[in-house]
Amino acid sequence: MTTTLYLPMDTTALSMGADDVAKALEFQTAANQQAVNIIRNGSRGLFYLEPLLEVETAQGRVAYGPVSIDDVESLLAQGLLKGEPTHPLYLGLTENIPYLAKQQRLTFQRAGIINPLSIEDYTKHQGFSGLSKALALLDQSRQSIVDEIKASGLRGRGGAAFPTGIKWQTVLDAKVSSPEQKKYIVCNADEGDSGTFSDRLLMEADPFSLLEGMIIAGLAVGATQGYIYLRSEYPQAHKILEQAITSAYQHHYLGDNIQGSEQAFDIEVRLGAGAYICGEETALLESLEGKRGLVRAKPPLPAIEGLFGQPTVVNNVISLATVPTILAEGAQYYQDYGVGRSRGTLPFQLAGNIKQGGLVELAFGTTIIDIVNDFGGGTYTGEPMKAIQVGGPLGAYLPEQQWHTPLDYEAFSKISAILGHGGIIVFDDSVSMTEQARFAMEFCAVESCGKCTPCRIGSTRGVEVIDKLVAAHQQGEPSNQASLHELLVDLCDTMVDGSLCAMGSMTPIPVKSIINHFADDFITDLPTKHVEKVLAVSAKEQN
Amino acid sequence: MVNFYDPNSEKSSEKSSEKSSVQNKAFQADTFKENGLKDLGTPYVESKEQVSLTIDGQSITVPKGTSVMRAAALLNITIPKLCASDNLESFGSCRLCAVEINGRKGMPASCTTPAEQDMQVSTQNKKIARLRKNIMELYISDHPLDCLTCPSNGDCELQDMAGAVGLREVRYGFEGENHLDAAKDKSNPYFTFEPSKCIVCSRCVRACEQVQGTFALTVEGRGFDSKISTGMDNDFLSSDCVSCGACVQACPTSTLMENSVIDQGQPERSVTTTCAYCGVGCSFEAQMKGEEVVRMVPAKDGQANHGHSCVKGRFAFGYATHKDRITTPMVRASIDQPWQEVSWDEAISFAAKKLKGIQAQYGKDSIGGITSSRCTNEETYLVQKLIRAAFGNNNTDTCARVCHSPTGFGLKATLGESAGTQTFDSVLKADTIMVIGANPTDAHPVFGSLLKKRLRQGANLIIADPRKIDLGNSPHVKLNYHLPLLPGTNVAFINAMAHVIVDEGLEDKTFIADRCQTQAYQQWYSFISDTRHSPENTQAITGIDAEQLRQAARLYATVDNGAIYYGLGVTEHSQGSSMVMGIANLALLTGNIGREGVGVNPLRGQNNVQGSCDMGSFPHELPGYQHVSNDELREKFEQHWQVAIDKEPGLRIPNMFDAAIDGSFKGLYCQGEDIAQSDPNTQHVEAALTSLECLIVQDIFLNETAKFAHVFLPGSSFLEKDGTFTNAERRINRVRKVMMPLAGKADWETTMALSNALGYEMAYQHPSEIMAEIAQLTPTFTGVSYEKLDQLGSIQWPCNDGNPSGTPTMHVEDFPIGKATFALTEYVATDERANRKYPLLLTTGRILSQYNVGAQTRRTENQQWHDQDILEIHPHDAQERGIQNGDNLGISSRAGNTVLAAKITERMQPGVVYTTFHHPESGANVVTTDNSDWATNCPEYKVTAVQVEKVSAPSKWQQRQKEFASQQANFLPKKRKGKTRVNE
Repeated sequence: MTTTLYLPMDTTALSMGADDVAKALEFQTAANQQAVNIIRNGSRGLFYLEPLLEVETAQGRVAYGPVSIDDVESLLAQGLLKGEPTHPLYLGLTENIPYLAKQQRLTFQRAGIINPLSIEDYTKHQGFSGLSKALALLDQSRQSIVDEIKASGLRGRGGAAFPTGIKWQTVLDAKVSSPEQKKYIVCNADEGDSGTFSDRLLMEADPFSLLEGMIIAGLAVGATQGYIYLRSEYPQAHKILEQAITSAYQHHYLGDNIQGSEQAFDIEVRLGAGAYICGEETALLESLEGKRGLVRAKPPLPAIEGLFGQPTVVNNVISLATVPTILAEGAQYYQDYGVGRSRGTLPFQLAGNIKQGGLVELAFGTTIIDIVNDFGGGTYTGEPMKAIQVGGPLGAYLPEQQWHTPLDYEAFSKISAILGHGGIIVFDDSVSMTEQARFAMEFCAVESCGKCTPCRIGSTRGVEVIDKLVAAHQQGEPSNQASLHELLVDLCDTMVDGSLCAMGSMTPIPVKSIINHFADDFITDLPTKHVEKVLAVSAKEQN
Repeated sequence: MVNFYDPNSEKSSEKSSEKSSVQNKAFQADTFKENGLKDLGTPYVESKEQVSLTIDGQSITVPKGTSVMRAAALLNITIPKLCASDNLESFGSCRLCAVEINGRKGMPASCTTPAEQDMQVSTQNKKIARLRKNIMELYISDHPLDCLTCPSNGDCELQDMAGAVGLREVRYGFEGENHLDAAKDKSNPYFTFEPSKCIVCSRCVRACEQVQGTFALTVEGRGFDSKISTGMDNDFLSSDCVSCGACVQACPTSTLMENSVIDQGQPERSVTTTCAYCGVGCSFEAQMKGEEVVRMVPAKDGQANHGHSCVKGRFAFGYATHKDRITTPMVRASIDQPWQEVSWDEAISFAAKKLKGIQAQYGKDSIGGITSSRCTNEETYLVQKLIRAAFGNNNTDTCARVCHSPTGFGLKATLGESAGTQTFDSVLKADTIMVIGANPTDAHPVFGSLLKKRLRQGANLIIADPRKIDLGNSPHVKLNYHLPLLPGTNVAFINAMAHVIVDEGLEDKTFIADRCQTQAYQQWYSFISDTRHSPENTQAITGIDAEQLRQAARLYATVDNGAIYYGLGVTEHSQGSSMVMGIANLALLTGNIGREGVGVNPLRGQNNVQGSCDMGSFPHELPGYQHVSNDELREKFEQHWQVAIDKEPGLRIPNMFDAAIDGSFKGLYCQGEDIAQSDPNTQHVEAALTSLECLIVQDIFLNETAKFAHVFLPGSSFLEKDGTFTNAERRINRVRKVMMPLAGKADWETTMALSNALGYEMAYQHPSEIMAEIAQLTPTFTGVSYEKLDQLGSIQWPCNDGNPSGTPTMHVEDFPIGKATFALTEYVATDERANRKYPLLLTTGRILSQYNVGAQTRRTENQQWHDQDILEIHPHDAQERGIQNGDNLGISSRAGNTVLAAKITERMQPGVVYTTFHHPESGANVVTTDNSDWATNCPEYKVTAVQVEKVSAPSKWQQRQKEFASQQANFLPKKRKGKTRVNE
């Protein structure tokens, strides 16, 4: 009898040695004359357990992890193939692992469960039932699909949280500039925020859900061409997407006649070239058109004049991959999750100095500290937590008194913070808040597209002012320090008020959160090493 | 900002009320016309919808889509800006133009924010002021503080903005990261790129893209490292840059600056005038320091060019004060004698005596004259008047004989008027553009840029040309069809186009019924329907794939607006006139006449070739194309001129040459035209010139023709006189004097003096009086006056009681001949065809940096781009002859032979070779023959059967030419003293 094993092929598992484990399993089972079928699934998102090896049993899938190549022999010896509980890596039934069991998986319902490249597997797990629903709705009107999305309360998961249904409505209502032109669906898969990985995990674990979401979006607004703008740093996701697309064409989910409906939709993957700014939707469109990734002024909105000047839906991976669930289960089902104006779920991504990093999909409304403690298990180092940055490099650093803020868009907005793409980065008390503030400016200086003055010159000056503040502090010049402090605040205001896009205008968010909430640490908490480096540079400049 | 402007041009800013201009939308709806002298920040937007908003409490109504910045500018509310300009799409880079809008958060940039109904905008408050000052502070933290020694001191937008926002300190200091060490690029001869002063506003990049359409510039790097770049490892000179000057014009700092300003400082006054190069007729501000031109800047409100220019008009004006200028009259008894410098009176009476003597000996008709297409309308008018009134014959002709005479003939015959039907701006409404035998990006660059703009917006492009031209290979331009016809087969091609349209029923039946003569059409219809004209049957003649031609014909016929633009590749053929009529037939057939976006558009070569034709330069036509044999018309002139006019048409240029050789034509007055270099079959021309007893040349240089002259009358450049030029769109533009004539007389004064010496009195005090006389005698000019030109900027004729402000689009209601006529255009192959002895076909053309015979441009730095004429040849033909790039090639035809260097290029089709004629020593016209158009004698420059082979020495003609040129140079008086105004 052949036993089915599951071993992820997502980037995290691979980086933890999953391929070696797979080879060892093949070799060892062959040597043992044990018949196994190793399915390379996606990750369940429990990164602290990767590579997570699962075995199919009568009771369900039993998990072992994190598995290294050295564990293979002992695992097989101790009844891996029967799901025996004796091995120290034994985790019990996968679905009962608390980290997973406590989640509310809607968008990631199939992640890690199915073979990402098997369209049959996808279909078996409710895949394409959203599309069937959409095709049925299409008999009434495109509008009825858009209405369903509107009713669900889904908001853009890329970070801006703009209501997806309203965006679709705009594209549905907009007209192409001439009859030979067409509308576009563009998936923003340029996931560049530090500490985030939900897009990648989804594309590597359940690529068909993204394709299905894009097809539905196309049906809803009358677009026939989709592009996935994928960052080049995701080669594995690229490989998986390309295979999934080929398979979707073979099975007539893409192409001229989707499932006999006479509806057409095509998807192509386009790779980015390493610029963070190309995750900004207008810079992304420029890049997709073959130009430099330069931010466009809005208006016109991409929904009205987007790719090649035509009405374009630009949605994040998670937004699009959530669409099939909404269609399949109904808007109300999705709407029932969440709080206030933040409906549904958000895949939070735990990273940084955290014991149990991974993806946690939950309805909006949980507090940060609950996620960090209940799922993350505290810091990796075991030292006390000092700060939590939510929402990527442009997100605020939250001090302890804000850790009970519920994770919903409006609550975060109230404390001058952002939820963004759901990235949560934990710092213990060895962090230098000065360095983090400096990093915010430096990140902007490195990644600014250079189009607008406040961002282009301001970010570089921001780094310099912080360095000067440190030098003034070191050299005991309080009056100089006060005027530099004022200049930094002024600069932050200039960037907020004057920048063309969110990159420049949000860079001050982390800086100001540190100035406001970590005032005692800012400028004073620099590790000596860094101070020496700064002083050396400043001495060199003065010479 | 420039601190001065021509008060004469101020009227255009009055037009800046969008509200009033919208009412005139019938024929003006492009983005330019609404822009006056003032920079309104963002382009005009056309919309049927109007929105009303208030800005700082004042209300205004603008077309929907107009920016808040532009709306404010129209209210005379100044919002600071650095990256915005109303000839460029808004960009939103500098952020200085931030405003506050009631009910909106933040401070949006007014340049990228469209005005909306009931919007309430504040442009000034403390918060906005603080933001603007802080942004300027960032700019200046990376800018050299050398304002006092900076070339743009006094004309710097950055400086102005720093002043406007009240920047008083830079708290960041100047020790931070910066670009102050960036190296200068001085490769371009006319301007310097100094990146340390760059504020990365991208205006230069955008001007290169949106205005010029070359895309030579880009921004390299990102963030703080962003810098303007001419491409990978290029400097300006080696890049794709065509030196049009748009980037220099756009730069708000001194980063891109004219070398002349770097050398001489800021100009002190400015005079609006018209470029003396090609037929586009760009308006320029001649920016002066005393009597010296510091720079020529394209006039923002120029109606032909809308603030754009090319390398010739913008930069190549140094010839006007070149050391080769001859500024003293000279005479000699024969051409193998040295020149004698004489006074004006002596020279004029010498000339008059000679002419009178010739007429006494050989008869009244033994002398004649050639008017200049480079001189003003008024001067041309005077020369033909001199010939008709003082010489007493009609032996007048002009260089249009050798370029666009078939246009005059062909369009008059079909449409009833000898001119193009449209404005240049009309192209912005064309859906399919067919370019036949023209090379607009090189020969009419400013119009070429406008054309490319429309093509980038998506218009279809068809090019019919034996060789590949740059237009078809422009960035973001899609060439739908290149129809590479064989030289000499134009008429077969155009007939095939018409045949397809008739064959496939694509003609505009309503237009034909309403606007065209029925009988002529029916006759033509049965002619063209014959299958001998089908593309399948003409394929063997033209070399054009039949299916491609069919598709192209459909593309032209089935769009709303099809427009045809053509050049000398149409006219300079044995069937030039037939081809022009064939083009007119095609436009009539498809109803593409009488509105914007369509038409028949000849791209005229020289600055005033349209004008010289209009002014009666032809031997059979009095000014305004009034036939000299028509008693009523002639008597009108006789009465006004108080002289009898010969009713018989006179000699055309080629007839003059023939008559000179057989001894019946002995005296010629040639103003501003170098027939020895420009006319075909040079050896024949030289023989004719040598036969003359008196050749009077009036020119600014001792040109090739002057080497055969007996009297040299120094001419004046366009900077030295008042007058008007008429461009290819019939636009009469003012030429204004910015300096005294170097030789003491403007050309019209010289002609007057000669006339008076011959006994026919002329006593004009100013060219405006000549124009007044023209207006009296020419029905299409009755409304034209200098006063009205000053008022309107320019006028497109006809301008009369019916059209008091001129006529931008012709034939809107009807044709001057009532209904238009279809002309039968049977294809007749030229005698000039490839055979065993001369197996290749030579065709000739132009290049961007040089102009015509090169007399002007060869005396400028433009030489850096093209210092010799070369022969372009296809690799196949080259390989057959063992030719490598740079080899000396002997080119021989039945007329003569010359030697040029080889350039192997796939631009050519096999069997066809190509050269230019910008350099006299090239002898391109030694090779061309005296074959000519059946109707007008326009030479067949575009088709000469030749053989090409490798040689080691210049041709005999070239050796003779060299000797002769050096002999004639030695005949010039030694360098004169006291000519300080002439540049050495």
